[in-house]
Amino acid sequence: MSFRKSDNASAWSMLAPAFLLIGLFIVVPFALSVIFAFTDQRLVPNPNITTKFVGVRNFERLFDGDTFSNAFLRTATFVILVVPLQCAMGLGAAMLINTTLPVRNVFRGIYFLPTVISMVVVSVVWASLFQMEGFFNAALRAASFGLLEPVDWLANPWTAMPSLVLMSAWQGFPFQMVVYLAGLQGISKDLYEAARIDGATRWQEFRHITIPALRNTHILVVMTTTILAFKLFTQVQLLTQGGPRGVTDTLVRYIYMTGFREGKVGLAAAAAVLFFLLVFAISLVQRRLLKEERAIQ
Amino acid sequence: MKTRGEHLLLVIIAVVVLAFVLAPLFLMFATAFKADENQILRDFGNANAFWVWPSEMSLENFRQVLGNDTFPVLRYMANSVLIVVSIVVLGILVNSLAAYALARLVFPGRNILVIAVIALIIVPMESLAVPLLLMMNQVGWVDTYQAQIVPFIAHPFSIFLFYQFFAVLPKDLDEAAYVDGASRLQTYWKIVMPLSLPTIATVAILQSLEYWNAFLWPLMVTRGSDVRPISLALAQFFGTPPPIWGDVMAFSVLMSLPILVIYIAFQRWFIQSAIGSGVKG
Repeated sequence: MSFRKSDNASAWSMLAPAFLLIGLFIVVPFALSVIFAFTDQRLVPNPNITTKFVGVRNFERLFDGDTFSNAFLRTATFVILVVPLQCAMGLGAAMLINTTLPVRNVFRGIYFLPTVISMVVVSVVWASLFQMEGFFNAALRAASFGLLEPVDWLANPWTAMPSLVLMSAWQGFPFQMVVYLAGLQGISKDLYEAARIDGATRWQEFRHITIPALRNTHILVVMTTTILAFKLFTQVQLLTQGGPRGVTDTLVRYIYMTGFREGKVGLAAAAAVLFFLLVFAISLVQRRLLKEERAIQ
Repeated sequence: MKTRGEHLLLVIIAVVVLAFVLAPLFLMFATAFKADENQILRDFGNANAFWVWPSEMSLENFRQVLGNDTFPVLRYMANSVLIVVSIVVLGILVNSLAAYALARLVFPGRNILVIAVIALIIVPMESLAVPLLLMMNQVGWVDTYQAQIVPFIAHPFSIFLFYQFFAVLPKDLDEAAYVDGASRLQTYWKIVMPLSLPTIATVAILQSLEYWNAFLWPLMVTRGSDVRPISLALAQFFGTPPPIWGDVMAFSVLMSLPILVIYIAFQRWFIQSAIGSGVKG
């Protein structure tokens, strides 16, 4: 393309609005987060006490106390439970739609519905299912012929997290479904025909054709879902407030509680920096894995 | 080829999944239309929870929710619409303009800026929330619309989506416009943008869903009902004990209806944009 002298000026004027806003609302708060992490900054400054540099004390407090490590472990538990479940549901639904199923586009359209429903609405609706007199306890009673006691799903330390996991997977799986569906549609039909001629079973087809052919899709889906799952907040804030006994506390909730509710901006910023590093590390792993794949090809 | 047995099995599984997906939605709609709160509580314990007979449908819950002065639902809804539409419209302009410059103009420093934009995609809003709140405090933006709009207009991932699309458009487009005497801005607005409707739709849908559902940020930056969005209002309405389920579900239906209507009208675009967002990271 021919080079135009006026390009430089037009380029910068076209970039200016976006980069000004990015600078102000992403780069500056990010830099502040890193700076605050090493100070005792408070949300409401005390005029008598000036904010001062405290070195790595905030990070020490995060690791010495139980609350932050608990929040990290509980969030990790959520991730470990929800990611495989949600991805498996997404892949299963995608495979179902990628067959000769009649009116499959209608099924696809309806399966996608939960993802367009707000997490606040989802939490409210599922709260009624989890009630003592709700659907899950009625189902439990019916399935055990009245032998099992009703469970207070969201207030019981053993069932609170699995309940949130199931609800979150219900809301989120359609996203994995459509991404997997796009991946499945990219697999050549010839591969399956050849396998059929060789007498492969359905399981062998799945194990040796479908799963390997979706390698890049798996990386994409699993990593994206992992990052999303680490951001767990809304459903916890609405349904359990981190309880019972802290089993559903999360990293984002920790940042919110310390920074906003308790006004300890320094401590919250330190947690936010660690949270960012975690997300960053996951993205690096994803890029690394995808790059390896390109190198192989 | 599938055998008949396999085919039947597929249909059965598909219907079971359908029931799993639809049950909570049926529960929401059915409960919203039941006037008797005691009836609702009884129904929660059995299959009636998911169903309401048309003859028993009542709009009483909607009347109550819409007439509730402490929770002005329509005001919250208008707040959300204003915030989301502002972010989406301004965002499409600002982000596509930047992406156009990055993808189709030649200037020093271009590659570094592209890398910077891609790197910024992964910065999670959650890790910026607290310092951003402090900044809002400083400029007196707490409890305003602009605090919920301005920080979210520029969006690295949207720039990236536009950039990807613009980068593969044929170079002849710009050249032809140049020969005709069009400026860069005219080329962008009259030629490139009209070709970009699929990307515009993707960005608009992803942004709309994200900010219609926003929760953490409005929780921190709004105080009263004046500028509060509907997602947060529903959370607070639900959190005010004891929950009156008929009203809570009617509120949920009201909050979901706009998105559901848009989804049904533009279903294909929604699915496209979800796939498009899969390249994130």
